[in-house]
Amino acid sequence: MTITLAHYLAVSGLVFGIGVAIALSKRNVVAVLMGVELMLNASNLAFLAFSRFSGAFQEGTEPLAGHTFVVFVLTVAAAEAAVALAMAVLIYRRRETVDLDRISVLRW
Amino acid sequence: MESTGIVVAFYVLSAMTVMSALSVFLMRNLVHAIVFLVLSFIGMAGLFVTLSADFIAVAQILIYAGAISVLLVFAVMLTPLASRNNGNSLYAAPGLLLGAAIAAIVVFTAIDVEWNELTGTALEERAFLDTISGIGDLLLGRYILAFEVASVLLLFALLGAIVLVTDRGEVDTEAEAEDGASGAVAADDAV
Amino acid sequence: MSDAPLQRSNDSAQRRPATPMAQQILDRGSLLDDAKAVPNGLKAAGAVLGLGFLAVNAAIAFIVIDGRLDGEWYDFRDLGNAIARLRAELDDTSAGPWLSYWVTGVIGAVGILSFLGGFLLIGSWIERRLLARFQIRMGPNRVGPFGLLQPLADALKLMQKEVLIPLGADRMLFYLPPILVFIPAMLAWGPVPWAPNMSYLDLNVGLLYVISITSLSVLAIWMAGWASNNHYALLGSMRTVAMMVSYEIPISLSLLVVVLLTGSLNLGDIVAWQADHNIWLGALLPFAMFTFFFSSTAEINRTPNDIAEAESEIVAGFHTEYSGMKAGLFLAVELGNALLVGALLATFFLGGYSMFGLEEWIPPYLILAAKATAGYFAFIWLRATLPRFRIDQLMSFAWKYLIPLSIANVLVVAIEASIAARWDVEGIFIYGSFAIVNLGITAFAVRSWAKVVGYTPDLERPVGTRIAPRIGGLKEAKRIQAGA
Repeated sequence: MTITLAHYLAVSGLVFGIGVAIALSKRNVVAVLMGVELMLNASNLAFLAFSRFSGAFQEGTEPLAGHTFVVFVLTVAAAEAAVALAMAVLIYRRRETVDLDRISVLRW
Repeated sequence: MESTGIVVAFYVLSAMTVMSALSVFLMRNLVHAIVFLVLSFIGMAGLFVTLSADFIAVAQILIYAGAISVLLVFAVMLTPLASRNNGNSLYAAPGLLLGAAIAAIVVFTAIDVEWNELTGTALEERAFLDTISGIGDLLLGRYILAFEVASVLLLFALLGAIVLVTDRGEVDTEAEAEDGASGAVAADDAV
Repeated sequence: MSDAPLQRSNDSAQRRPATPMAQQILDRGSLLDDAKAVPNGLKAAGAVLGLGFLAVNAAIAFIVIDGRLDGEWYDFRDLGNAIARLRAELDDTSAGPWLSYWVTGVIGAVGILSFLGGFLLIGSWIERRLLARFQIRMGPNRVGPFGLLQPLADALKLMQKEVLIPLGADRMLFYLPPILVFIPAMLAWGPVPWAPNMSYLDLNVGLLYVISITSLSVLAIWMAGWASNNHYALLGSMRTVAMMVSYEIPISLSLLVVVLLTGSLNLGDIVAWQADHNIWLGALLPFAMFTFFFSSTAEINRTPNDIAEAESEIVAGFHTEYSGMKAGLFLAVELGNALLVGALLATFFLGGYSMFGLEEWIPPYLILAAKATAGYFAFIWLRATLPRFRIDQLMSFAWKYLIPLSIANVLVVAIEASIAARWDVEGIFIYGSFAIVNLGITAFAVRSWAKVVGYTPDLERPVGTRIAPRIGGLKEAKRIQAGA
């Protein structure tokens, strides 16, 4: 059985959906961040799959542009994780809780 | 990609990744969830290797499993014992529904669309032999503006993480210094 | 034993050895006396074996120069030739490359494991006897001849101990760390090149692979401390995690300058560069070598950076609650990691398997093993000599000294690499001048940066140092005994 692009995209979609479910439905700030990291990972997988399998490229781009974009996504993910976790620690200090059900200042 | 080795590797690794991601959702204990998240990162790195993206695979292990997981661990350590559960919030149902819907849509699209991808010998010829020089050429050639902006972003994230955690000019506990340091380290490791 | 009372004066006529053990050390003599006391038959056998080995290698080398034996499978100076021949044979069978991949993979893994297992048996003995000799005492000498069976006795003791799991410890996370800390220690041996054709994983990203695999052990150590349900274990593991994560950056930066000069992340290419240009990267990049060496002691939790398992401070740090073979695995991994870092130091900075042409006469894997053992000896020497650093001293050293100086090092070496790429000067002149310039810049930068950051020595420099003639030690004691 041959592995095609569809297989990789299906895996990427599954992991992305799980990441969305985690990010939207968890009570803990750190858990929400874990969901976001899973989503970014899934998008990296999709980029690399297209870079490997794709047939036609516009002039001026090349297959390794997918890899380059993944490098940027890795960078941004690391930076965003650092800042988000610093904010999580700060939230705990101000409000004595990291339960997202209680931190609801922006709700209706 | 028809050879037995790569097919078996793909199925094993993708099963490992998806199961670990599901376990992150289902585990009650936050620290167990982090361990399964690291397992899913390693599975992803394996999938990157099957796509002959060697540099990205080791960069993924270095950045995600080596640095971001340590950040998550530090954040869990600095939060109170009572809040270390991974339960669902009260408004969890719409989130679950949306996640399932997105997964279903993407999987259906992946299977149904005519991708016109390379197959057979053209695919074998595409297998990257030397990704690093190619990525380096692109990063310092065509995409140099994005590269510089990414370095500025990392600098701001580094400074921001330290400034956020520092307590108005002085660092009074070692834990805060470590947290700032670890935040700075994870951002720095991504360079 | 003499009846004379203990003398404290400096009068040499009345000094006696204070304890029976001191007398025993005096009687035992030096290593040269030990070497002379080996029976003649053993000496003859050793001479025959050694010379015979050299003769066989010389014969192979002559035939290679003659041109008839070049990479044949029986050229055992490079075992990769035999493996390549085996792989070619297996590829021709009906199973295809799948079978050859698995068979050669298993052979390589068994080879690495047996080398490491053998080293673990003898390395523990080497370490304890060497530490004892540095501290002017005798190491273990009871268990076998010269105490050679001591590591085996330690292993048997650990195996039969009861494994206690503390109450309230997280079961799943308690069982995992000994395994998880062993896996990176094994995997990182993959890219190390033992001979031109003989690396288990010839990766194009070998250097980055090594860095990323060693960063996986950070998680295992945190898990060990957290799962123990013990405040001190958790404290020790958090300190260790912070230290290991901080020292990854100087390691990466010092390996970055290696990549700048050699132009490749492949470990085999790095060694080939050093062989081609006839210069060791350690001579060319002294600061990078020192940074790599010192940061590796932090990565593998050895003195002077072993704040994690400082026995006098925090019982045993993150592996306090582990007993039996679990603790044995932690100790074994520490030993294996020390040899791994010795091998990596040899590969990156000391020329790897090449030795200015000697690798045609002696098998290259033996040269690399000798260099790795020399690196291990340097680690033991460092452990015997330096006291332990405090955690805040460690962190400030990494962040305020090593990282800025490493970044400046990258700048200087980048300039040099671009000069070397443009000018067409003969290799030895340009790299020799780089070596001298780098040494000068290193000395100047270290001194001036220390002043900038505000380092002041604690003690005043004594005026007019003298070398005291009566400090002690074996020679002094013998002199006193002869004179007494």
